Amino acid sequence: MAPTTVSDATFEEEIAAASEPVLVDFWAEWCGPCKMIAPVLEEIAEEYQGKLRIAKLNVDDNPQTARRFDVMSIPTLIVFQDGQPKKRMVGAKGKNALLADLAEFVG
Amino acid sequence: MTEVRNVVVVGSGPAGLTAAIYTARANLSPLVIEGELSSTTDQPGGQLMLTTDVENFPGFVEGIMGPDLMGNFRAQAARFGAEFLTDKVTRIDFSSRPYGLWVGDPSAPEPSYRTSSVIVATGARSLMLGLPQEEQLLGHGLSTCATCDGFFFRGQRIGVVGGGDSAIEEAIFLTRFAEKVTILHRRDQLRASKIMQERAFKNDKIDFLWNVRVTDLKGDGRLEGIGLEDVQTGERSDLELGGLFVAIGHRPNTDLFRGVLDMDDAGYLVTQPGSTATNIPGVFACGDVQDHTYRQAITAAGSGCMAAIDAERWLEATGAAPPDIAETPTDW
Repeated sequence: MAPTTVSDATFEEEIAAASEPVLVDFWAEWCGPCKMIAPVLEEIAEEYQGKLRIAKLNVDDNPQTARRFDVMSIPTLIVFQDGQPKKRMVGAKGKNALLADLAEFVG
Repeated sequence: MTEVRNVVVVGSGPAGLTAAIYTARANLSPLVIEGELSSTTDQPGGQLMLTTDVENFPGFVEGIMGPDLMGNFRAQAARFGAEFLTDKVTRIDFSSRPYGLWVGDPSAPEPSYRTSSVIVATGARSLMLGLPQEEQLLGHGLSTCATCDGFFFRGQRIGVVGGGDSAIEEAIFLTRFAEKVTILHRRDQLRASKIMQERAFKNDKIDFLWNVRVTDLKGDGRLEGIGLEDVQTGERSDLELGGLFVAIGHRPNTDLFRGVLDMDDAGYLVTQPGSTATNIPGVFACGDVQDHTYRQAITAAGSGCMAAIDAERWLEATGAAPPDIAETPTDW
């Protein structure tokens, strides 16, 4: 499944409703490293369909959620499981490094 | 044994991609090992990927965004048939020809690539302060990327450590968000270019603390302030800050070549005067990895072009070039 888009309004509902872990990508249009990891996240979303969902949250448009999770640097990736934040990764990295960090969720 | 390539370019900033454009147009089918994604300057596209407006690259009257410029370089190289691998070189073997390059597991018995010539364009990366709390606070108020993180410091007081062009550029950019930006510099004058200095001095939101050194980072889980030492008097003080950006210079990415390629005390590769040749025949170096003097996108691109021409001539001279290259002088 391609990454979905979440907002301040839909965040709670979408994260709580998911049966699989959800990786939320906090990003913005003006962030170069965010743009570079976008295709990597798309690939992971396709390859790990059913195991991991990927949701994108634009921090420009959705400052409340970004503030709530204390996002101060983007890209920040937070994995939510059963509605709770379980793992946080700051900064862009390559696919292999990202998958190694996500091993506990997609392994 | 793996196929032997004509030329492999290691690195993909202005130097590496210009070398790729020229070697691709010379029918040398270059492979560019472009590096791995990161939020540091050590990433595909290099240091310009973390900048905004590039105003001094000739040909762009109104300036161009750094990432867009590098996207153009890459697309231009791809148009002439350069191949790209988004990975890092983990090991090299320049002891016998053809040379070996490894990506992934460095202990693999066989190199991932064999090549007659290598163009090293691995660039330089930002230096960090080297303070113990640094790793923990990175992304939590401490940043090396103003364009990535400046947005999160709206209305706050931000510090920028450094006195060169990149420090001033970051400080000016950060005034879009911050209430105040304080430039912290260990000398009593800036190293930045005159035009950047003037812009900083004219900006009401920017002030300066001269002759200071950052001694510690304060805050538990999130940066709240810094400790400073006056380098002349030794006097110590604290400064409350919402964010701290570090732009104190660069170090060349040459760890991979230590003990193999000649380098100076600071780790920059040494090339023969008037050439991009290193101490190993067929291995050429261009861009910031061998230049601690100019360090501009345009000088990096220029030396990338030189490396491509040097590599092509070397391949011709040693007979390692494919026959159609050796017989046809290239019209540059």
